[in-house]
Amino acid sequence: MLFGFLVLLFCQFLGELAVRYLDWPFPGPVVGMVLLLIGLIINGGVPQGVRQASEGLLTYLALLFVPAGVGLMVHYKLIAADGLVIATALVLSTAVTLLVTGVLLNKLAAKHIDKEPESGNQNG
Amino acid sequence: METKMDDLSTLWVYLSASPIMSIMVTLAAFLVATRINRLAGGSAFLHPVIVAIALIVAFLTLIDMNYQQYFEGAQFIHFLLGPATVALAVPLYDHLERVKQMFWPLIIACVSGIITAAVSTIAIVVGMGGSRETVLSLTPKSVTSPIAMGIAEKIGGYPSLTAGLVLVTGAIGCVLGPLMFKALKINDHSVQGFTMGLAAHGFGTAQSFTVSSVAGAFAGLAMGLTGMLSAFILPLVVRFLGV
Repeated sequence: MLFGFLVLLFCQFLGELAVRYLDWPFPGPVVGMVLLLIGLIINGGVPQGVRQASEGLLTYLALLFVPAGVGLMVHYKLIAADGLVIATALVLSTAVTLLVTGVLLNKLAAKHIDKEPESGNQNG
Repeated sequence: METKMDDLSTLWVYLSASPIMSIMVTLAAFLVATRINRLAGGSAFLHPVIVAIALIVAFLTLIDMNYQQYFEGAQFIHFLLGPATVALAVPLYDHLERVKQMFWPLIIACVSGIITAAVSTIAIVVGMGGSRETVLSLTPKSVTSPIAMGIAEKIGGYPSLTAGLVLVTGAIGCVLGPLMFKALKINDHSVQGFTMGLAAHGFGTAQSFTVSSVAGAFAGLAMGLTGMLSAFILPLVVRFLGV
């Protein structure tokens, strides 16, 4: 578990270094994710500790967004002024994006996917 | 009596300056929000993250603590977002074969989704007469927050406003996604997950993991891919449309 957490941090660290050094426009953790994926492919499997640490963090993924979200309180004036526009844009655009992506991928990947509802726990 | 009051207020000053307050408040708010969400039958309208944010904002306003003070402590929770992003490589590795088979459809769907999200947002906000800052802060709304903040800064929006709107987008995606999949008869978990990760980033990913690990892995893939491609595509879209 501790080893796994260290591996995750080390990949993030390498990612941050690469981003700073090469002046890439994406954040270090995303590059770290790619590096870990490459590492797992080379290793040919997921070490137990890495799996435990990763599952532990991903279980609480939603909680980790809270501190940044509280930052909305700083912008209440702009939100109050443009509230209706913002709400309309968020809802409509998200609906259109889901529609286009879902339908397109469903068509393009038709031969690889299941047409029937999959079994799996649907309690989400 | 007076010295006792002094002691208490010194203690209060000490506690509110230490990270322990913000961390406790964040965890407590999230637990209460999860409970409220469960009582409401798991409705995504009362997404635990949104409810937790509302509770914390109310609490901070009540005790007169500003966001900077709060974040000084809460940054320890925020920090874990980095290793959690790296951790997405594990479910991705588990489903690598399926990702390889679907490689080109995934790339094409991803680019189309990114452009749809950006152009529809710009069209709606400009059409309804929103301010330029609003347009540019909203454009990266479907991108995972650390990347979205970087993009907003680059194209001229407010990064901190973007971070918040990204979360609201995520919650909206969690409400709309399952309804649309049902209506459009999209049953495959890999397609559902990828679509959720693209339109609703980390929120869509967190929700997809509760559906199945295939859905979660594809959502994580979509989130990472959308983030990376958006960093290139969105500045070009904004320049092309002349916003």
